[in-house]
Amino acid sequence: MEEVGLLINGIYLKVPQGYTLLQAAQQLGVDIPTLCYHPELPSEGNCRLCVVEIGEYPRTRLVNSCTYPVEPGLNVQTHSEKVLQARRIVLELLLARAPKAKLIQDLAAEMGIHESRFKSEDPYELCVLCGLCVRTCREIVGVSAISMANRTPGKLVTTPFLEPSDACIGCGSCAFVCPTEVIPYIEKDGKRIIWGREFELVRCNVKLEQKLKSISTVKL
Amino acid sequence: MDVERLESILTQYEGYPQDLIPILQDIQDQYHYLPKDELKVVAQRLNVPLTKVYSVATFYKMFSLIPKGRHQLRVCLGTTCHLKGGQRLLESVSSHLGIEPGYTTADMQFSLETVGCLGSCAQAPVMMVDDKYYARMTIDKVSKVLKLYKE
Repeated sequence: MEEVGLLINGIYLKVPQGYTLLQAAQQLGVDIPTLCYHPELPSEGNCRLCVVEIGEYPRTRLVNSCTYPVEPGLNVQTHSEKVLQARRIVLELLLARAPKAKLIQDLAAEMGIHESRFKSEDPYELCVLCGLCVRTCREIVGVSAISMANRTPGKLVTTPFLEPSDACIGCGSCAFVCPTEVIPYIEKDGKRIIWGREFELVRCNVKLEQKLKSISTVKL
Repeated sequence: MDVERLESILTQYEGYPQDLIPILQDIQDQYHYLPKDELKVVAQRLNVPLTKVYSVATFYKMFSLIPKGRHQLRVCLGTTCHLKGGQRLLESVSSHLGIEPGYTTADMQFSLETVGCLGSCAQAPVMMVDDKYYARMTIDKVSKVLKLYKE
């Protein structure tokens, strides 16, 4: 595979073509904070937390590292003053959006932010609209039972017409992947309630001995 | 649900996912809103998830999921219209129809909404009824314009 050489924080490295700046930085061991990124899902660049500075001074600009593909000879700064400033603003905005979200509070505290200067619409909001649940449902589960509806400031994740969705299979992947644990999900008495629908939970029928047997046969 | 009415719209298209927005526009034009059952049929026919249809239908301001009136009134409150008395024009239209912006009259004839700009700032203040522009509006002209559309 063809490789592309670029500079990250002044260190030259070669990565396969088609890599994103985030992947290249991760290969180098540089830690870029992310929120809406997941290695198994197509990047959408919703959260803007992974911004990096590219180009030569003074003509630099900020781009999403999770969506920007590597370019030959590109000069990337992952922790410059401009980048850190942008990330702090993003975190303040996220904190105003979802003040009660533990993950956002922790990320903000890491950057030294404990409260937001921006007005909060809903002090009990938890959803940061990262879209991980929507993408997981569409790309991995493959049913697309939930999606974004309306537009900001009324934007929200929901099933069509706010009704229980026929497409939902009750797998719970959306609740599992959610970084702020906001998707309502109840599991009790052998039943699972999610997105307004109730699913009967079935006990796994594979016995432990059978399982061990199959593992040992594979080994032989 | 009126199957034939919807079918007459759907047969004009080849049924690709990219036909979604034009089809929704046609439904909006004919029905004055997007009925739920119709949207379900559209999703099935174009082979797109219902979530996608719902996302698109709720994102664009030109689509409405609740029934709108036969005539759409758009009063411009852009910068120029604002300076030229767009707000007073809106109040006048509002009191003539007896509804606030964002609502529909009880006889389902008129829906009133405000817009950011209609692209005709030289003729401010501007309002639109369906596809027709009414430029350099005054409060006196409001009743005349509305009379044209009243049945």
